[in-house]
Amino acid sequence: MTTPLSLPADFDKPDSLQRRHLLKLMAASIALGAAGCSGPSPEKILPYVHSPEYAVPGEAIFYATALQLGSYARGVLVKNVDGRPIKVEGNPLHPASFGGTDIFAQARILDLWDPTRSQSIIHNTQPSSYASIQDALNVQLKSLEEAHGAGLRILTRTICSPVMANQLHEILNRYPQARWHQYDPLHDDHTFDATQRLFGKSLQPLFHFDVAERIVTFDADFLQGGPASVRYARDFSMLRNPDHGTMSRVFAIESTPGLIGAAADERIALTPFEIELLIRRLAKRFDVLGEINAAADSSATHITGFESKLVSELTQYRGKCVLVPGSRLSVDAHALVHELNIKLAATDHCLQFIEPVEARAENHINSLSSLCTDMATGKVNTLLILDGNPVYDAPSDFNFAQCLKAVPFSLHLAMYRNETSMRCNWHIPQTHEFEHWSDLRAFDGTTSIVQPLLAPLYNGCSPHRLLSWLLPPSLESAYDIVRQFYQHNYTESDFEHHWKTSLHNGMIAGSAAAPVNVTSLLNTSHKYSTLKINPSNNLTLIFSADDSVRDGEYANNAWLQELPRPLSKLTWDNAAIMNPLSAANLHVDTGQLIEITTAHGSIIAPVWIQPGHAEHCVTLHLGYGRTAGVNIATTIGFNAYTLRRSDDMWNTGIISIKHVEGIHVFANTQEHARMIGRDLVRSATFAEFLKTPKFATAKPEQRVPDESLYKDYPYDGYRWAMTINLNACIGCNACTIACQAENNIPSVGKQQVQLGREMHWIRVDRYYTGDEKTLRTDFQPVPCMHCERAPCEEVCPVGATVHDSEGINVQVYNRCVGTRFCSNNCPYKVRRFNFLQYANNSVESIKALQNPDVTVRQRGVMEKCNYCLQRITRARIEADRLGRRIHDGEVVTACQAACPTSAISFGDLNDPQAQLHQSKSSPRNYSLLAELNTRPRTTYLARVINSMTTPLQPGDSS
Amino acid sequence: MAQIFDKGTLLALKVGAFIALLILISSILAWRWAIDYPNAMNAPVNQPVPFSHKHHVNDDGIDCRYCHASVENAASAGMPASEVCMNCHSQLFKDAPMLAPVRNSVAHNVPLQWTRVHDLPDFVYFDHSVHVSHGVACQSCHGRVDTMPLTSQVHSLQMQWCLDCHRHPQNKLVTPDKIFTMQSTEIKTSATDQSQIAKRYHLPDKIRLTDCSSCHR
Repeated sequence: MTTPLSLPADFDKPDSLQRRHLLKLMAASIALGAAGCSGPSPEKILPYVHSPEYAVPGEAIFYATALQLGSYARGVLVKNVDGRPIKVEGNPLHPASFGGTDIFAQARILDLWDPTRSQSIIHNTQPSSYASIQDALNVQLKSLEEAHGAGLRILTRTICSPVMANQLHEILNRYPQARWHQYDPLHDDHTFDATQRLFGKSLQPLFHFDVAERIVTFDADFLQGGPASVRYARDFSMLRNPDHGTMSRVFAIESTPGLIGAAADERIALTPFEIELLIRRLAKRFDVLGEINAAADSSATHITGFESKLVSELTQYRGKCVLVPGSRLSVDAHALVHELNIKLAATDHCLQFIEPVEARAENHINSLSSLCTDMATGKVNTLLILDGNPVYDAPSDFNFAQCLKAVPFSLHLAMYRNETSMRCNWHIPQTHEFEHWSDLRAFDGTTSIVQPLLAPLYNGCSPHRLLSWLLPPSLESAYDIVRQFYQHNYTESDFEHHWKTSLHNGMIAGSAAAPVNVTSLLNTSHKYSTLKINPSNNLTLIFSADDSVRDGEYANNAWLQELPRPLSKLTWDNAAIMNPLSAANLHVDTGQLIEITTAHGSIIAPVWIQPGHAEHCVTLHLGYGRTAGVNIATTIGFNAYTLRRSDDMWNTGIISIKHVEGIHVFANTQEHARMIGRDLVRSATFAEFLKTPKFATAKPEQRVPDESLYKDYPYDGYRWAMTINLNACIGCNACTIACQAENNIPSVGKQQVQLGREMHWIRVDRYYTGDEKTLRTDFQPVPCMHCERAPCEEVCPVGATVHDSEGINVQVYNRCVGTRFCSNNCPYKVRRFNFLQYANNSVESIKALQNPDVTVRQRGVMEKCNYCLQRITRARIEADRLGRRIHDGEVVTACQAACPTSAISFGDLNDPQAQLHQSKSSPRNYSLLAELNTRPRTTYLARVINSMTTPLQPGDSS
Repeated sequence: MAQIFDKGTLLALKVGAFIALLILISSILAWRWAIDYPNAMNAPVNQPVPFSHKHHVNDDGIDCRYCHASVENAASAGMPASEVCMNCHSQLFKDAPMLAPVRNSVAHNVPLQWTRVHDLPDFVYFDHSVHVSHGVACQSCHGRVDTMPLTSQVHSLQMQWCLDCHRHPQNKLVTPDKIFTMQSTEIKTSATDQSQIAKRYHLPDKIRLTDCSSCHR
């Protein structure tokens, strides 16, 4: 039985009741009713024995630390209440956050409390102990010492922890014949290979989108899923506010639709081959490349229009433009793009190169390949795997599981007992980032100390501690190892002050990497290989990290599994994603199972039709089809890694696609794709906006009517309100998951999502406009609108939803009897009903996760966004105590805090100085479904696109 | 027309119906009584240590805030850590058998387990600090704990009781110097007193104080 973490075990049982079962239930309910007569048992209070400094019961303390994504740090502040970490916020000082967070940082807290995490040391399927593993390892190490470490191999993921790198180097010094390998299935190998070729050494690009007026992305979605995404999104949004009078222009070239394609002003969907060709053509136009293979060049004529637009814009904006290569591009394409960047003077302001942040920037395929060869030939007798899951995610041609059998002593340190753990002799549970001391570097080199929020819950071992077993016994606690490393490298006198400041700020001041001057290093003498022609009738298979589970690392996280993917709005699944035209050509429809055959094997996958996808290619998302270590995801999706080979890591040719018997039922949260004539998302081109700034409310029917049957209510105290800037919203979903963490919103599972019972208080709607060639994607986050004339309130028979004196439409759970009239009468469909007991009250660790300031709702109760009432109350009590008003900016809602682009503003309409007034007085301000005269407190700022052509009118249907 | 039931059956039916009615009424009463409150009002609650507020407050004159330290700045008034008890009891009554659980707690680092006397439903969010800072005296809700050898609940803590004060706060509030004293029982009656109190504490309007969202979220 696999159920999501926060669900009762039998939530998805069919409704048909057996007679005996019914009788049993009746008997049980009578017994329960009788037991209920005794009332609740008295509560106990357990005060501290020795009260820690600063500990006030029920009051939150925030600690600064860092979370890894692809091993790079993102600075976070973690809210700790009575010793329990319950919420992640961005660190306003940290360069990879500046206050914003992404979905992975928000959801990471659920992993901490996950009761299905690995909890014991396992030796060949039997539970074991730390003493046994250390004994076994010592025996192994004794023989290794005599052999100078020959046969010892350590396999890690990317290492961005200076302390860990130092430990590894010490181990390599002690055992000179030992080797350290790295493998990360999503590692950006080609960037380092290309810079090695161009500049003679591996360098890492650092983009400055806050000054780039023209941005061209080649299959590069910098807004999503990367360690710098939050910062890049923030920088990017700086030049995207039309109210300031200027706007940047973004050209997105992509195969699989991503967030940057939706945010772009000009977008084109091309196959991977066509993208490579376009880069070469641009390189030729700007004299970076001599000739292109003529046959290849002539194979794609439909890109010339887009190409000439690019050429003219790039010429005009020399020095103010930047080209961004995606990690799926070939090494040649990477090198060409960066040569173009230098040629177009992007390196003046918009692009810098720094020494790699990774401790050893190398090609991970080569690294893993040499390990596998050695394993297969019996040269490895001791293999330590620190984190990662190579049995599942290594290229299929390496046959890692087979190689592993030849290793007599293998050990795997991981948070879950996954596929790799199952095939190793030893498995050790790893600590969560909130349970150990460590350090991490961010995308720009800034170093953070990772500090624990609580003692390990499940007897976990930190990687530092494991590595320390291989070194002469000196320091074992990770705290001592980390602190001593920084003390040793600190040259000034007052280390204690430096250490405490760094811990408090969540980063070490001035630790960012210095830029390298690349123009002097540039070597133009290297040769580019000839572009191979793609037979046009051949389909291409593209591999992509999943938007929610990435490479499979987050597969056991119910919040992420249930988070609708930004574009497809799919949950709990991966699919074979293709364009409507390709689907028509193949005579398949959504859900149809197909068998995709490549030169490396075949796979059965359900079809998902995705508008905006490039023709002649199919995308498969990685991270699904897990077989071990994931309690909630073993039965869902298919494993795309089985087709992924070391020579074709990102795309490969499809030989055939065949229909297979069967239809797969997806769980997606938005079934309609278009606005069908309604102006939900209002938009205009930048030129139109300059001419008619109030385009969003130009027609009378677009404005809120003046008259109403109801009297106006005077709001003398506070008048809470919100705006959502659709120009800044990139559709990243950070708000949805931040809201889920803040407001104790349960996950419901795939079956319940199929019934439309997902519980998210703020959903992000996605709409398409235009046909396949001119497709535009808009995002619209929809929380409760807090209507002043709220239709829900009129129909509640028990007064469970009412207005308070500050204009918040409150939901009183203890009054609600679950008639669901309110939800039926809500035109925005933002109310969520607990059809079943979704909140998990039975698992202790899940109880510890809940925010104590928010009620955990029972079955049969309606719920919805309440503008983070608990945060308003906290600020109000603070202000009341001091006899003043709440200051502007004191109340920050969870969605607002998480938003990387500050698209959400919240505040008091009665405060004339409030930031909110700026956005409310924008000419683009409009109310959703204004004609209904609900007078929403939450309003939107219409979208403006800096397009070169006139776009279709919003609401055009296809 | 003949009777359907003979006399005996009729009597049995009537008696049966009467007994059923009796059972129904008594079970409703029993149920009402049982669900009322876990701790019946005014009944002293047993504790692991028979802690006497009467002794500590009345005889020794210890301020409320010595033990309930966070009452002025947090939602929870705070319960004293075992070491706070030992501040005095490492010198006074240090061998008293009654205090063995406290000594045991400190010696073995195991918390004491007090039984909660004032328990609000989980959907109510009460904040001590804002009440104390606005002139609600401790004894307004907790009663004269200085007369209680074992603490008991003296008010119903039901919503109606909360609303009595939330609707007319100026009647019940005291000046700051009387918040932590146990003698401030007089109710403000004169209009000038009431308006002074309202001004002194910047009281929000009555509507705000009776909004659902003031206490429920």
